[in-house]
Amino acid sequence: MKLVTAIIKPFKLEEVRSALTDLGLQGMTVTEVKGYGRQKGHTEIYRGAEYAVNFLPKVKIEVVVPSATVDKAVEAIIGSARTGQIGDGKIFVSAVDHAVRVRTGETDDSAI
Amino acid sequence: MKLGPWRRLAALAAAASLVTLIAAPALAQAPTPPTPNKGDTAWMLTASALVLLMTVPGLALFYGGLVRTKNMLSMLMQVFFTVCIICIIWVIYGYSLAFSEGGAFNAFVGGFSKAFLAGITPDTNADTFSHGVVIPEYVYICFQMTFAAITPAIIVGSMAERMKFSAIVLFIPLWATFVYFPIAHMVWYWAGPSATVQAAKALAAAAPDAKATAQAAVDAVAANAGLAFQWGAIDFAGGTVVHINSGIAGFMGALLVGKRVGFGREAMPPHSLTMTLVGAALLWVGWFGFNAGSALEANGTAALAMLNTFVATAAAALAWMLAEKFAKGKPSLLGGASGAVAGLVAVTPASGYAGPMGALVLGVLAGMACMFMCSAVKNAMGYDDALDVFGVHCIGGIIGAIGTGILAAPSLGGTGIFDYAAGKVADYDMTGQVITQAKTVCLTLVWSGVGAAILFTIVKALVGLRPGTDHEREGLDLVDHGERAYNY
Repeated sequence: MKLVTAIIKPFKLEEVRSALTDLGLQGMTVTEVKGYGRQKGHTEIYRGAEYAVNFLPKVKIEVVVPSATVDKAVEAIIGSARTGQIGDGKIFVSAVDHAVRVRTGETDDSAI
Repeated sequence: MKLGPWRRLAALAAAASLVTLIAAPALAQAPTPPTPNKGDTAWMLTASALVLLMTVPGLALFYGGLVRTKNMLSMLMQVFFTVCIICIIWVIYGYSLAFSEGGAFNAFVGGFSKAFLAGITPDTNADTFSHGVVIPEYVYICFQMTFAAITPAIIVGSMAERMKFSAIVLFIPLWATFVYFPIAHMVWYWAGPSATVQAAKALAAAAPDAKATAQAAVDAVAANAGLAFQWGAIDFAGGTVVHINSGIAGFMGALLVGKRVGFGREAMPPHSLTMTLVGAALLWVGWFGFNAGSALEANGTAALAMLNTFVATAAAALAWMLAEKFAKGKPSLLGGASGAVAGLVAVTPASGYAGPMGALVLGVLAGMACMFMCSAVKNAMGYDDALDVFGVHCIGGIIGAIGTGILAAPSLGGTGIFDYAAGKVADYDMTGQVITQAKTVCLTLVWSGVGAAILFTIVKALVGLRPGTDHEREGLDLVDHGERAYNY
């Protein structure tokens, strides 16, 4: 099992969700987050005051997938979240040791 | 204002009508006291409610949207408190200090003859600006009460996010007492058209040997007015009384309370420009009561003031957005809303005097000048006038006050100034009027600026002005009121 953590532009969330659903993945966890990478921030001006906004709003998606599916899942996210502009986000993949479905007690691949 | 004469007149007229009925049909021309017109009364009741709408929720939301989330509730509370406390002070002694005859100090402030609204009943009337037209005095009290309420509420924007509520609670009643009521008296208190016309008629009818006495009576009526009124200053709806007055007091407050923690280093963007636009729009709607209501009658002057309040506001909003487009690259909603308020402020003293095209020019000027003050000048000087009370209200008010002296000229489409003694619009002396307007601006700047500085110093000595740094970082909502504006 792998944990795929993707940080994307907020308005791309729906496209990413439907791309992952098309792969047969059955759930995900979404968090509104702030951060920056190479995009840095932008400038906002309120009356005369200029503010450098360093932390931009992003959406973090966490989805746990069977190891065999992880490459397809990453490709699906890339394909649906990319705009070609700076600030499209990042994807991290890490190992997951164990998973349990609370209701039934099923474990690992049958729990995700 | 000026009810004593009317009540005496009413008694006289009642006696006269008895005599007329019994003995002398030839005396049927004896003047009967005017009664309020229902249309005028209905309009002034409505206008009073509209001006309250400007303050709560208009000004409260306009200001609230501009502060950070942690101070939203404190902003609403400070404005709401101000309205409530002023309503009470107004009926106890405020109306009397502003709009009664003040004896030896009459040039500066009224007296206590109408304290607790003594002697006023549903049947007592107040003069409007037309000879022989009155409205119930209770309506006049309500209308002027809403002006007294919004003016100190404007001030709190300067010290937003960093002044303790206890300091606000002390400062607001003090400032209203020692600054607002006297300034309102100086600019707006006068004997009224009826007394003026009567004295002038008596002078015209007086026999040659009685001319001196009659002239003395005319002079006495003219002298029964506030200082700026005697100078001949014109302020239709409160450019000096409301906006310059509050703007300079706010500036003093911003200087004396100091900058917000983190000012210039941390981002302090408005938490909700949606609220701010809702507030600005409510201000605009309420301002029709403020400006058109200041005619005190439902007539053509009120309609002119309403039209000017549309035109100048729209022009100033567009001017600010356009200036921003060129200066910063993008027109902003906050710029548009700020420009609208600047236009409303500037047209306030001119609304019943300038023609609509004059109001358009005034709006454009105010929008551009206030935008320059709130960005370039404020940044260069480095003071923390948090919500730009000085840049919008004081500067916009000065542009309006001086501009009124120019745009009231009939040659520029203005109405001129009515001469009650002569019964016609007087010849217009633009230079003289502009000088008078400038003198009144200076009077207000000094009186309110010095007054506010003294009062803030007193309040600082009594309870202190600022919360501790930690408390300020936590936000005034929790520290002063134990509540949050939003729980989600």
